[in-house]
Amino acid sequence: MLSPEEINKLQEISNKIRCSIVTMVKDASVGHIGGSLSVTDILVALYFKVLNIDPKNPDWENRDRLVLSKGHGATAIYSVLAERGFFPAKELKTFGIIDSKFQVHPDRTKVPGIEASTGALGQGLSVAAGMALAARIDSKDYHTYAILGDGEIQEGQIWEAAMFSAHYKLDNLTAILDYNNVQLMGDVSDIMGIAPVNLKWESFGWNVIETDGHDFEKILTSIDQARNTKDGPTIIIADTTKGKGVSFMQDTCAWHGNVPSDDEYEKAIKELKN
Amino acid sequence: MVAVREAFGKTLLEVGRTNKDIVVLDADLASSTKITYFAREFPERFFQCGIAEQNMIGVAAGLAACGKIPFATSFAVFVSRRPADQVAVSVAYPGLNVKIIGAYTGLFNGSTGASHMAVEDISIMRAIPGIVVIDPADAVETAGAVRVIAEYEGPVYMRETRDEWPDVFDDGHVFEIGKASEVRSGDDVSIIAAGVMTSEAITASEKLKEEGIGARVINMSTIKPIDKEAVIKAASETGAVVTAENHNIYGGLGSAVAEVLVENHPVPMQRIGIRDVLNESGANRELLDKFGMNYLNIMEAVKNVIARKGS
Repeated sequence: MLSPEEINKLQEISNKIRCSIVTMVKDASVGHIGGSLSVTDILVALYFKVLNIDPKNPDWENRDRLVLSKGHGATAIYSVLAERGFFPAKELKTFGIIDSKFQVHPDRTKVPGIEASTGALGQGLSVAAGMALAARIDSKDYHTYAILGDGEIQEGQIWEAAMFSAHYKLDNLTAILDYNNVQLMGDVSDIMGIAPVNLKWESFGWNVIETDGHDFEKILTSIDQARNTKDGPTIIIADTTKGKGVSFMQDTCAWHGNVPSDDEYEKAIKELKN
Repeated sequence: MVAVREAFGKTLLEVGRTNKDIVVLDADLASSTKITYFAREFPERFFQCGIAEQNMIGVAAGLAACGKIPFATSFAVFVSRRPADQVAVSVAYPGLNVKIIGAYTGLFNGSTGASHMAVEDISIMRAIPGIVVIDPADAVETAGAVRVIAEYEGPVYMRETRDEWPDVFDDGHVFEIGKASEVRSGDDVSIIAAGVMTSEAITASEKLKEEGIGARVINMSTIKPIDKEAVIKAASETGAVVTAENHNIYGGLGSAVAEVLVENHPVPMQRIGIRDVLNESGANRELLDKFGMNYLNIMEAVKNVIARKGS
């Protein structure tokens, strides 16, 4: 159980991350606000309460691994890594600009703490499965997490990876689905339905946990449960809101990849700071 | 003469014995690619991925990111065309130490026909930044290349020929990435070949010698990075070039050599290879004959480019 102070602290961090996301996209005139805002609380919970990592030693071999398979959430993970101390937050000002290490989709060779180069959807779960398999080969006890987008699981490779991970009973692998039900061109259920998501993963041999992806207590309880589940991989289906935290960006595909005007930016920051 | 895939499989086992970081991934073709030798001795380092090449490449990337040296194996056609995006983004973009092995190459695929024919694997891999691309000439060079790529740090695509095919090299041959080797001398023309076509080029050179034509044969088993100096030297010393590859003439060895020549030392040139067609079931030699890729076709090309010299 988290104390009210701990929850407040996490909430404060999330607000700060969300401001950073909107600012990065505003400054660079590129990026993906909607899906970054939806995945923020999940990343904050993981990086500040769960992951066994050392920002001063990002290549430490026993660290937990996190693969952001939905690579367009880059502004969220960069902001979280900065807040967690992997690099100074002021460096984020270069996001999306020529010569920056902060690519619009993450590059593992450039940014400390980024475990996989992603952006072409559907690939990260396989990479995470490989990392989990490597832990098993080496008898290491680190845990690997893969953050998936909901539109992303329309990719066939996700289901290849789902089969693989269940076949090898990778209980050191946890996937978290950022289930905001909005993708670039509209609602996921309209573009290419993925429901019933829970039954799909169950039938592929995964343990399934459903939770509220904006409730820290519930996110952390679910992750704890996933880490302690043996004999197979677990997916946490996190019910989230695209554009979470900014009223006019919520639940709409219009803010998948849109850049705020000056006016919109001010309004967004005002809402996020309240 | 030994089946090239046997040499591959046995050498992979040999390097796996000394290098414990090597892991081998299969997409349900182990008995064909001969990684079974490794799998039997090291079941704990062998991972069956099922018929799912895209995931296999991603898993290999994850393993490599954790210090393993994965050999991801399948038929060339299935490990190049299908997971091209996974190779580009998960492996090549971060420069991960993954060895992609494409077996049953070009026309030589055990009579399985066009669906199993990799005529563009080299072209695909060559176009993805940062990947070393190798098509060894024979069993000896295949074995040598396996030893070398296991030590090399970075992504590699290597072809594995299926069948017995005439030896080019004796056991003393040292394979080096990016290094061509002159296997027949001659001053009238250079035949630059790779893979199984090197031995065909040697046959052509020997027949041409009887006709008084000196055809140098250069084995260009590394197609990327290509041995630019060797290409320029061959062109400047012999004044004409023929390329021979078991691959579509678009994007493979012939294209790579043409790029070097045009930018550095243009000479008359002709390519021997698959002429942008999908092929059919048949024996290796029958296919070479039917699709204009045997030593006679190489000889004819040689005479054409020599005739064009100075024109």
